[in-house]
Amino acid sequence: MNKNVLLYGAILIFGLAAPFVFPAFKVQLSILCVLIVLATTWNIQGGEMGYNTFGNILFYGLGMYLCASVQVGMFFPLAEWTESGGEKTFVHTPTQFFQGMAAGLVVAAIVPTIVAGLIGYAILGLRGHYFAICTLGLGVAAGEISGGIEIIGAGQGFTTPPFPNVGGLEARGEFFYFLSFGALVLTFIAVRAIYSTRFRLILNAIRDNEDKAEAMGIETMKYKIIGWMVSAFFCGLAGGIMGGLVGYIDSTDVAFDGREMGVFMVLMAILGGKGTLWGPVIGATVFHIFKEGFWTFFLGWQYVALGVLIVVIVIYFPEGIMGWLREKYPERFGEVVDEADRKAQVELK
Amino acid sequence: MDFMVFQYPMITVQACLDGILLGILFALIAYGMALQWGVMNIINIAQGDLVILGGYIAYFMYLYGIHPAWGVIVSPIIMYFVGVGIYKLVINKVVDRDLFISILATFGISILFMQLMNFAFGADVVLANSGYGTTFLFDSAVVLPNSKIFSAFVSIVFAIGLVIYMKKSKLGRAIRATAQNARAAKILGVDTEKVYAATFGLNAALCGVAGALISITFTIHPYMGLPYTIRSFMIVIVAGLGNLPGVAMSGMGLGVFEEFADYILGTEFRIGSVFLLLVLILVYRRFKLSRKREYLK
Repeated sequence: MNKNVLLYGAILIFGLAAPFVFPAFKVQLSILCVLIVLATTWNIQGGEMGYNTFGNILFYGLGMYLCASVQVGMFFPLAEWTESGGEKTFVHTPTQFFQGMAAGLVVAAIVPTIVAGLIGYAILGLRGHYFAICTLGLGVAAGEISGGIEIIGAGQGFTTPPFPNVGGLEARGEFFYFLSFGALVLTFIAVRAIYSTRFRLILNAIRDNEDKAEAMGIETMKYKIIGWMVSAFFCGLAGGIMGGLVGYIDSTDVAFDGREMGVFMVLMAILGGKGTLWGPVIGATVFHIFKEGFWTFFLGWQYVALGVLIVVIVIYFPEGIMGWLREKYPERFGEVVDEADRKAQVELK
Repeated sequence: MDFMVFQYPMITVQACLDGILLGILFALIAYGMALQWGVMNIINIAQGDLVILGGYIAYFMYLYGIHPAWGVIVSPIIMYFVGVGIYKLVINKVVDRDLFISILATFGISILFMQLMNFAFGADVVLANSGYGTTFLFDSAVVLPNSKIFSAFVSIVFAIGLVIYMKKSKLGRAIRATAQNARAAKILGVDTEKVYAATFGLNAALCGVAGALISITFTIHPYMGLPYTIRSFMIVIVAGLGNLPGVAMSGMGLGVFEEFADYILGTEFRIGSVFLLLVLILVYRRFKLSRKREYLK
């Protein structure tokens, strides 16, 4: 227990000090926080519940659009803003910007949660690959449809309000870093709290055998929806922050970007090890470092590299880093290993 | 545009005919998907990208002065080997695994293909001009390009040919046996590994035919693959595996639906409406089945 407190303390201190120690990487660190949030929340479905979704991007993009729309719409006419491409005619004062951001983030978190609750009842009744393809369809449909709606910029995109002129570029980076770090801490605490209750056991029961879980008297549908709503809440929040950070929202390339973010969150969780608390965090960190470190070398071949990476990870490394560690050092994970039994299993293989 | 469909009945006829001709093409792709889904239990997200790749083969023949209709013969031959190659490299490692692994792995292949095609052929929307002219019906109120009629005809020929091949040939019987029970087929001396490779190759070849036809009739673009995957998936789940007339019917139904969505909602919502229809169909089936406490399997 003591070791845990030390670990979390060290991470918290590192997180708080990071923008001042590495001032050049503030944006990257903020994106990392968002990625960890996305991977962790994907893990609630994909890892713990066994419902492999491509659709969490829906909540992310929804949050992004909602946050920006509320931030603009609270003070200015939204349609004129998007038509002018966020030109200089409308300028947020600092107070307006922060008020709008706060309200936007609340909306960005709550509306996707409600949406998840509403569509969850219909969609979570599907199983396995039907669920995966259905959510894939949902994400793409959302992107295509939002690309046709005029008031949020349609095909030409939506410029989010620029950061007000207080403290310059440094302040902007710090503001978004602490916002995303706050979201990360909030997510981690919430997910950890959830995982320490009976809820995680129920989710695991659903993953292992849903029919049996239902036969044991668990209202599986209720828990599946709650799990999805938790995911949607944090995905929406992360989307809202990311929208402000990127500064520009495009329907298929930024918000409902199933080809990038939608796959990234799956990949990061699998790379780290699904069904563990720390797996997605480690996976997202490793993935982000790899991506930022090597992406520039691929110059234009990023998607090729991404495709190869997906295939390699999925085929050769489906258990992820945590799974590999668990196999290597089972004692650390509190598993009692019977040497003879282990040998017998190795022989069986 | 919105209510033209109701004011001018000829537009309805036009949309129906367009949709049916388009739907036959979709049905051909869906047939390939049903084949490998039924035999290998794999959902191939890269299906649409194979289609587009097949289309580019025909397009390049057109660029080099060969009539693109010959692509219908050449493209499946090349695509067969591409399919077998993909099988040997990736798919054979995911055949017996969790379905999601195969979905994700083929998703990776899809992204890979998309980008490679983008590099190799450029991001422009292209089409191979067949020069077949157009047919006018009902005092020129309905315009049908002959290439569409040609493509529907070729699709039907290929589909019928494949059905006969599956019924009569040795490989076809081996494929059907493997689909029914892979273990039993193995015991009885069928080399399932070879059957799987051939199935995936056949699927890719069908995609090649469809792609060549699409490059003649419509347009192709490196990023247009995913909608074809989703369409074929949708057609297969509506018709059910192994129900060939059903595949043809639901393919045509989807084609007609798309044409009407195009007219009524506008072209920008066309792809979106296809994906939404998929969600609606799945949800509808889920509620229908849940009355009997069953679920989609």
